Amino acid sequence: MLFDYSWWTFFFRWLHVMSGVMWIGHLWYFNFVQIPSMPKIPDEQKPAITKVIAPAALFWFRWGALATVVTGLILAYLSGYLVNALKLGIGDGNHKFTAIGFGMWMGLIMAFNVWFIIWPNQQKVLGLVEATADEKKRAGRVALLASRTNTMLSIPMLYAMTSTHFY
Amino acid sequence: MKNPLESLGKTVSLGFILTVVMVVLIQVIH
Repeated sequence: MLFDYSWWTFFFRWLHVMSGVMWIGHLWYFNFVQIPSMPKIPDEQKPAITKVIAPAALFWFRWGALATVVTGLILAYLSGYLVNALKLGIGDGNHKFTAIGFGMWMGLIMAFNVWFIIWPNQQKVLGLVEATADEKKRAGRVALLASRTNTMLSIPMLYAMTSTHFY
Repeated sequence: MKNPLESLGKTVSLGFILTVVMVVLIQVIH
């Protein structure tokens, strides 16, 4: 029935999937489109990406990541498996909690990467905070590796998130 | 390129390999 307990669980699953698309959509945009395209763009046109598109994409990327974590934790709590999943189902013998738990931990690590590694380093690369040329170069490399790590983790993370009905 | 993650193709391949490792782990963790 509308607005009953199971409806609210569904409601947060809906918000969780939408914010997840916002987050992972931008992650894949960066890794599959923007980063590989940068060397092909003439230098005088690069500011269109670095000054306009990348900051806007990073905004929706990082807030999408936070919204995904918050709605995901609420969803797991309402579904009654928050603690069991965070314990990877160890002790309760339920594969479902192990699978969703792996997904949750990967999602949490990825969101940590977004806010505490990718975003601070991208601010240096894009000139939003002061940095020397050497610091910018290093920040670019760290941000790239963290972003690539998240792209790698997104593949098993989405398997874990969507396979629980199978277990 | 020293780190395999610097190549997008290797990143995606590692993601699929990691998925297989995780599926095995889910089966054996209990």
